[in-house]
Amino acid sequence: MVIIMQNKLKDNSVGIVLPKTVEIKYGLQLDCGKNLENFSLTYETYGELNSKKDNAILICHALSGDHHAAGYHSVADKKPGWWDSCIGPGKPFDTNKFFVVSLNNLGGCKGSTGPNTVDKKTGNEFGPDFPIITVNDWVNSQKLLADYLEIDTWACVAGGSLGGMQALQWAISYPSKIKNSIVVASAAKLSAQNIAFNEVARQAIITDPDFHDGRYNNFGVVPKRGLSIARMLGHITYLSDDSMRQKFGRDLREGKLHFGYDVDFQVESYLRYQAQAFVERFDANTYLLMTKALDYFDPAKEYNGDLSIAFENTQSRFLVVSFTSDWRFSSSKSHEIVKSLVKARKNVSYSEIESNNGHDAFLMPIPNYLGVLKNFIDNIL
Amino acid sequence: MNRKDFKIIAEWIQKDSTVLDLGCGDSTLLDYLVSNKNISGYGFEKDIDEVQESIKKNINVIQSDFNTGLAEYIDSNFFDYSIMTQALQENKNPDHIILEMVRVSREGIITFPNMGFWKNRLQLGLGRMPISKSLPNQWFDTPNIHLCTLNDFEKLCEDLKITILEKKVLNNRYSSNLLLKILPNFFGEIALYRFKKY
Repeated sequence: MVIIMQNKLKDNSVGIVLPKTVEIKYGLQLDCGKNLENFSLTYETYGELNSKKDNAILICHALSGDHHAAGYHSVADKKPGWWDSCIGPGKPFDTNKFFVVSLNNLGGCKGSTGPNTVDKKTGNEFGPDFPIITVNDWVNSQKLLADYLEIDTWACVAGGSLGGMQALQWAISYPSKIKNSIVVASAAKLSAQNIAFNEVARQAIITDPDFHDGRYNNFGVVPKRGLSIARMLGHITYLSDDSMRQKFGRDLREGKLHFGYDVDFQVESYLRYQAQAFVERFDANTYLLMTKALDYFDPAKEYNGDLSIAFENTQSRFLVVSFTSDWRFSSSKSHEIVKSLVKARKNVSYSEIESNNGHDAFLMPIPNYLGVLKNFIDNIL
Repeated sequence: MNRKDFKIIAEWIQKDSTVLDLGCGDSTLLDYLVSNKNISGYGFEKDIDEVQESIKKNINVIQSDFNTGLAEYIDSNFFDYSIMTQALQENKNPDHIILEMVRVSREGIITFPNMGFWKNRLQLGLGRMPISKSLPNQWFDTPNIHLCTLNDFEKLCEDLKITILEKKVLNNRYSSNLLLKILPNFFGEIALYRFKKY
């Protein structure tokens, strides 16, 4: 155990971290019209807040992420947090210099108030009655977390995919409370194709006989099949044709075809394994909610579809990053953001990183990607 | 800052103006213009290593090939100046780029190596493609696919209905002399032009 621990620490890791939970006693007015009173947010922090309190960075998670962005919860953990490649001593989000905050968003299933927590008003689990949360709602809830942590202004808000949408929304909603916004493999709005993928995922879950209109916990079951299929579909869209060819090709799991409908190819085995692991750690109602938050995001909507007007009052610097092989959040979606920021005459840099890892590239330690992040973040303080 | 052509360019640029640098490299020029002329603007650069250096300097850089990127990102008459240093000859369609420059900005500034420089003429006269300080590559591995002389450039501007506002011709030490002033297309190695539409 001690040896594992030492290896992990040597690897520029933030080491063992413990999540915290804060009760926010405040009525949050949601975009859907409902009011969420008194909710809790689970979060982790890495590094130290300095005396000026100007070195805080907020990390926003994507669809299936949570507050555990870096380090390990215990020495027995096989994997570190989801953005460990970028957060730690000497890494782009350098914890020797910055105080990094990462939270589980409202509606999540890892500690923050969401469908699988108990509604204190009724004494029952929220389940499907949990209100639909938008990116804008998340940003408002994150502002309350900032207030609790006595952080007036974020040195930076950063995220990939759905997390990047939050970084954009922060710059729009609280222009004077964010100095830098890092938007990776994201979009200012989803394409019809992207919404379509989300709809297939939702239908897989909702039509699972074990779904029970979202009250599956009352029946002691989980819509495993639906959630598995949703995850498999998602997973395929997060990889590229190239990376799947390299990783699996047409390799057979047992060296021969079975002439049946069970697993023949390695790629099938991989998808089933990933789906199984996901079902054990994720909640179906949260998955539905997260996909809706993705679909609804469109900050330009209230400005006649003109994104540059949505950016007009922003004050932060922006870094936008995309990956060449990402087709779920293609580079053209990032171009749209960059074009609108230029049009609004905002400070923005953009890099399109060569990678064959598809959308998942934003989680990976690709040298040019880490370099771009590091060079940008090093100028923050 | 060791490139004298950058100093000349800076003299041509008004304080507090907006600038677009096409093929900005490591953004040395933009950095210089920010410090000395308080400009704001962006660089276009397709090479990731140069993009890294630009971001390190805190300069706005857009990783994109400006041959396609200009049309995609930049509205007409958006900048005061667009600049392209020592890259005209590397373009597939130099005429198209020049027109794009006057579309997106009030004035364009271009620098390029003069193919009409006497040493180039001499080498060609002796039967070999020219190689010099400003044209260091062999014919088979050069990025320079559209070299021109001062006269060629001025003729193209005339054809494109572009007005040349100012012109400087320098030797490879980026300085001028009497010979250069009398016979620029023969003695000039590097040309700088400032121009606008009509």
